[in-house]
Formats: sequence, C-alpha cells, structure tokens
Amino acid sequence: MVEPVVEVKNLAASYRKNIVLRDVNFCVQAGTLTGIIGPNGAGKSTLLKTMLTLHPALQGSVKFFGLPFKKAQKRIGYVPQRGSVDWDFPTDVLDVVTMGLYGQIGWLRRPKRLHREKAYSALTQTGMAEYAERQINQLSGGQQQRVFLARALVQDADLYFMDEPLAGVDAATERAIMNILQQLKASGKTVMVVHHDLQTVKDYFDHVLLLNRTVIRHGQTDQVFTKEHLAQTYGGTMRWMREGESHVVFAHDE
Amino acid sequence: MTYAGWIMITASLVGLSCGLIGVFLILRKMAMMADAISHTVLLGIVSAYLVTQELSGPHMLLGAILAGLLTAFLVQWLQSLQIEHHAAMGIVFTTLFAIGVILISTAVGKNAHLDVQHALMGEITFIPFKMISLPLIGDIPEATAMLAFACLIVLFAVIIFYKEWKITSFDPGLAASLGLPVLLLHYVFMSLVSVTTVASFDAVGAIMVVAMLITPAASAYLWTDRLLVMLILSSSFGVISAIVGYVIAAWIDTSISGSMAFATGLVFLISFLLSPKHGLIAGYVRPAKPIEQ
Amino acid sequence: MWSSLMMSNVQWVLISTMILGVAAGTIGCIAYWKKQSLMSDALAHAALPGVVIAFLVLGEKNLFVLMIGAAGTALAGAFFIQWIRSSTRITADTAMGMILSVFYGLGIMLLAIANRTASGNQSGLDSFIFGQAAAMVRSDVMTMLSLAVAVILIVLILFKEWKIYLFDPQFAQGSGLSLRGMDVIYTTVLVTTIVIGIQAVGVILIAALLIIPSVSARYWTQSFRTMVLLSAAFGGVSGAAGTLISTLGSGWPTGPFIVVTAASLFVLSLIFGKEKGIFIQYWQHKARQKMLSQQQADRQLGPNRVEEGIQ
Repeated sequence: MVEPVVEVKNLAASYRKNIVLRDVNFCVQAGTLTGIIGPNGAGKSTLLKTMLTLHPALQGSVKFFGLPFKKAQKRIGYVPQRGSVDWDFPTDVLDVVTMGLYGQIGWLRRPKRLHREKAYSALTQTGMAEYAERQINQLSGGQQQRVFLARALVQDADLYFMDEPLAGVDAATERAIMNILQQLKASGKTVMVVHHDLQTVKDYFDHVLLLNRTVIRHGQTDQVFTKEHLAQTYGGTMRWMREGESHVVFAHDE
Repeated sequence: MTYAGWIMITASLVGLSCGLIGVFLILRKMAMMADAISHTVLLGIVSAYLVTQELSGPHMLLGAILAGLLTAFLVQWLQSLQIEHHAAMGIVFTTLFAIGVILISTAVGKNAHLDVQHALMGEITFIPFKMISLPLIGDIPEATAMLAFACLIVLFAVIIFYKEWKITSFDPGLAASLGLPVLLLHYVFMSLVSVTTVASFDAVGAIMVVAMLITPAASAYLWTDRLLVMLILSSSFGVISAIVGYVIAAWIDTSISGSMAFATGLVFLISFLLSPKHGLIAGYVRPAKPIEQ
Repeated sequence: MWSSLMMSNVQWVLISTMILGVAAGTIGCIAYWKKQSLMSDALAHAALPGVVIAFLVLGEKNLFVLMIGAAGTALAGAFFIQWIRSSTRITADTAMGMILSVFYGLGIMLLAIANRTASGNQSGLDSFIFGQAAAMVRSDVMTMLSLAVAVILIVLILFKEWKIYLFDPQFAQGSGLSLRGMDVIYTTVLVTTIVIGIQAVGVILIAALLIIPSVSARYWTQSFRTMVLLSAAFGGVSGAAGTLISTLGSGWPTGPFIVVTAASLFVLSLIFGKEKGIFIQYWQHKARQKMLSQQQADRQLGPNRVEEGIQ
C-alpha cells in the first residue's frame, strides 16, 4: 500500500471554551483534489490551521509524507483566506509572490533575479503577469486571490492547503483557479481545499471530506457526496441548523 | 562641535532610528505597543540601577531590553488568556510603570540622579555637558554615543532581516508555514523598540519617543505604497521633525522634547492635508477613486 | 485642632478618590465592551495641554476651569482620532498613539512656558502628570465629588440603554435609541471621568483605573449588571487604598499606588476568578482532555468507526 500524503489521527482542537474538532481521522492519497465541505463553524479553517500547527492541537497527530509537519514543511504550500492580511500593506504584486520563496531563499540573503523570474512565471500561470508591478491595494478580490495562488505555486510544493480560495471571486477567477488546481492534480500533486459552494462540488473535486466538528464522511465524491450524507453534515445537529439552513434545503432539492 | 550642533545631531539620530522602527510598528498594527514599552522601560532602568547601583549606558540598555521583553511577553500571555489586546496592554504597562514610579519616589530617587520628571520629559539640553571620550572619534556626549550605537543596531537589523520583517508584518501565517520563527522575530522586534526607546530617553523622554516612533511613519504611510520608500520617508520625517522641533523650542524658549513631538504632529498635519493619494485636499479636488471590488 | 483639620482633609481626599474609583470602574465597563480600553489613555494624555492652556489664560489655578480646558483638548483629541481613522487608511491604533504623544508633547511645551511665569512655578501643575491627591484643597474635592457622582448617576439612570447600546446596537437603533446620542453621552461621561481623575491619579495612569477594574470584574461574573457593580467596587477599593498608602510617605505620588492596588486585585481575579480564572481554566482543560480520551476508549471497544479512509 502506498504511504498516504496526509495522515491525521485522533486530532482534536479547541477554540476559546469550545471543542471545535474532535476525533478527526483521515488519510489522503497523492494526486487527489479534495474539497473540505461543512457548515459554518464546522471547524474547516481550524482543521487546516491545526494540521499546519498554526493552531494548537488538543491531542492527536498529523503526518505529511510520513513525517511530522516540521520535517515536511518545505513540501507544503498554504493559501490562507484572503481576508487574513491587510491589503493596504505597502508592497507590490511581484513582491507578495516572491514571499512564497522566502523559506527557500533562507536567512541573510535577498531575493535574486532567479527568484523574481520564478514569481513572474507563477503570475503568468494565474493570469496576473500584467499586474506584477501593481500595488496590492489596487487589486480586486479575485485578483488578490490569484496573487495568493501564485504565491503558493511559486513554493513548488507537493501538497497544497487552500482556505476558501473561491470565496467572493468573480467567475473568470473561479475558472482560472480551478484550471490550475486541475493542473496541479494532473502533475501528481495533492490539494485540499476548503469550499463552501455545494453546487460546484461534483464538478470540482474528486474527493470530498464532509466535516462538522469531526469527519462525517470522507471518500470519492460520487460515493460520499450524497443527499443523506449532506443532511447528516448540515442538519445532523439542531445546533448548526440555523447557519446551515440554506445548504440543507439545497441538499434536499438536489 | 558646537553646543547646538551636538543637540541637532542627537535629535537627528533619535528621528532616524525611531523613523525606521516606527514603519514596522504601524505595519504590524502595534503602535500602542510602543506606548506601552516606552512606559515600562522606566521600570527597566530603575531595576538596573537597583541591581548595579550605577546609571551607566550598558546597564540601562540591558534593563530596558528586559523590561520591553517582559512587557511584550506579559501582553502576549494575557492575550492568550483571552483578554482583549488593548486591555491587556493597558493593564501591563500602567502597572509596570506605576511600580517604576513608586520605586523612584521611595527607594531610589533619594540618592540617585534619576527623577521621574527627567525620565518622562527628557532633557536634551543637558546632553552636551556629559562628554565621554571614545577611541578614533574623540570627545562625544554620552547620550549621543549611545544613540549612535542604537541607531546602528536598528539600521543593521532592518537591513539584514528586511525580508523577514516584511513577510512577518504582512502575513505571519504564511511566514509560520514557511518555517520562519515568527514569535522569536516578534520578540527581537520588541527588543529593538526597547533599545530605541531607552537610547532616546535622555533626549526626548518616555512619552515623546512615542511621537517620534509613530507619527513620522504614519505620515510616510500617507505618501507612498512602497515599503522601501516608506522607510526612507519616515526616517527623513523623523530627522526633519527633530530639527524643526529644536528650532521651535529655541525660538519660543520651551521644552525641546515637547516641541519635537509637536513638530512630528506638524509633519503629519501637512501630510494629512497635502498627500496626493490619501490627503484631505486631494480628496476634495478629485472625487474618491473607484475601488474595484 | 491642627491634627483634626488634617484628618478631615485626608478623609475628604480619601472619599473623593474612592468615588473617583467607583466612577472610573463603572465607565470602564462600558469602555471595555466598546473595546476602547486604550482610548481613555489617549484622551487622558490629550487633556494635558488643555490644563495648561486654561491656566495660562486664567492666570491662576482654579480646578474647575482647568477641567474645562482638559475636557476641551481631550475632546479635540477624540475628534482627531475619529477623523484620521475615517478619512485615511491609518488604523485606530496608530491614530491613538499619534494623538496621545503629540498632544502630550504640546502639553509639555506649554507647561515649560507656564512654569517660567512666577505663579506657574508655584502652581503645582506638574502634579497633573502623576497625580497628587494630597495637594487637593476642599474646593477641589467638592468639584471632583460632585462630578464623579454625576457620572455614576448617568450610568445608573441609563443602565438598560447602555446594555442594548453595547450588546445589540442594531436592535437599539431599531427600537428608537439614537446611537449617535449614546456615543455623545458616552464620550462626555468618559472625558469627565478622565479630567476629574487627572488631579488625583495623573494623566499617565488614569487609564489604568478605567481599564483594570473592569477586566478584573470580568473574571467573576457573566452578568453585565454584576460586572458593573464589581468593577465599581474594585475601583473604589483601589482609589481609597492607594490614597491611604500614599499618605504614609512624604511626597509619595497617589496615582501609582492606586494603580498597583488595582493591579493586585486584577492578579487575584486572574488566578482565582470563578469565570475564566487560571485555576478554573486549567481544570477545565484537563477535564476536556480526559473526556476526549474516555470517549475514544469507549469507541475503540465498539465496532463502528465514524470515518472511512480512502482506498
């Protein structure tokens, strides 16, 4: 059996007083594109952050390529929610993308032309090359997201985690981003994406992880992404009914 | 060197180092942290005096760094206990500062040349009277030497770790996922703020150093969208404010440090009015630019 | 005869700092929920030039007039902070730091000028920086007391308005409460508390009296009403105890002792508080971990595992 790219065992995490994740167990194989789906407050972002040790785990273990995070760090790319940074920061697009290389460049060295070329070609991939010199405070939401994606691409990782990359972007950006994710998958990389739009799940992802404070179902999309599993994820507990209502209704319509 | 010459040089060094550090302070949204540290540095100095029984540059620097780190650490810790950021700062710095003042007015103040008034207002006027002799350079006021040293440290740290400051200020999450020691860098930065603050103590005092740290950087932020330009502008504004402040003080015969702080306010006022992109007048002349969404 | 007069003065001062603490503790709760803790610090520093300007204009030290001056520049500071924040990309944090330090610098400039005048040198304006409760005369005490009582009354009378204003502003607006009006009352009351506090506690430390008691109170209760009462009590105790301690030595400043008392109460609350105190938190954390591993043990015995791995 091939060693899984991601292996999560018994992961639990709390936020303030509440346990937001418990008993999270799953494995992800190489070359898959997984959508992480669940209602608001299900712990999707917290799951990513906890796996990447940006949020403390209450218990459990996470392994990447059979290694702990610290050792696998260089092979992992992370795209946080675009709202997590201040876009008024005084810098330009190319510079933001180059930041993805800071880990490789190392201490005491400055980014060289080679690095800027890499960043530029990542921008070309996301269709943002003409904006390379643009100040980041002049970008639209979709453009910001493409810049973030380019920054992840430039890391040339084997495993990518993306937090809501399609939230609030225009249709063209959504298409461009999905194209790139498909390309990544085709070249054998593994991608996990927090996603909120149930209508597109079937078209976009080959694997789905249904999450509501724990893993409800995980597997291939055609097997897992069913009416009853969705109802279980969104309407299983009355507590989440309110936030998840629209999704649940939709799930029944389908 | 003339008396006024030394004062100008000292004041400019304050403006330069504060201007550089200030840029990262406001980009990291930590402006009030400067206020907090500038107060607690007093406790550091008093403690250093209590331990060593003398008021010398190196001891003061060390005490200040420790006090600054203690402040940063306590604030971080209270925040981790879910106390709101500003409330945490408010609790920590007022308490440490109060302890500092109490120590001065009870145990220390009676026999040391350390009084609260001086520490808070700074008295740059006395700086040229306390000269020390350094190899190669010759006679130089002690406070000026210390400031030059602090300025070098700041300049060095900003240049060497330029890209690390940039990435940890812009996106600490990414920095952490790339394996950069974000927390360590935070504490190093807090140490730099403490060093700058204590070195500026003699010249401008604890509270006016906050003006030198924040205001030139905020003014520069209104003029440019480039980090490098912002750093250069901010440090120039710092130097300009220092000199203008001295001139005003000499003109109406008042506290030099007070008028230096006031001068930073003037620089900001001008930027606030005239900046081509973010200024008030530009806002009236040109209708708000359409923001793409 | 002499000693009994002294006693009564000390008592008056004691009562006034206690009432000041109560007022600050009460208002502090509102500032706490508005997440504006350091705003009081900025406004207090911004009050300094006003004090000196009022003195320079009037030529003598009349506490009431000085307070009006202080309130004037503090309000101007608040206005500037709001203006800078809303019309540029500069954050509230930075705007506060700027106003705080620049206004304070202006205050120091003016203070140096005032101290050059013969009457200024003797006026004890310097005591506004750290507070010198013992320097207050009977009329000062009366001014302070009446204003502090007014502040407390305003908070009490409008109690339920404050509650919806803080916790559900949209609902408040819907039910006909003017948010702008409440903002104005809040700022007025906050500035009043600050200006009556600076004589006793000083411009640098008055913020502590607004911040620390409310955060301490938070550790003991979930109810807003109880929090306000507790915070007022903590403030009152700190004010009185701090003043008492500062009378033990000659020339000891009042403000720092008040702050250290308040901070001690905070540390006690932080450790032993029944809501989120460290002891309770630690115990809850352990309990959570235990519960989780207990559940896991249970599940491993059962046949059904929740998740399916991929093949």
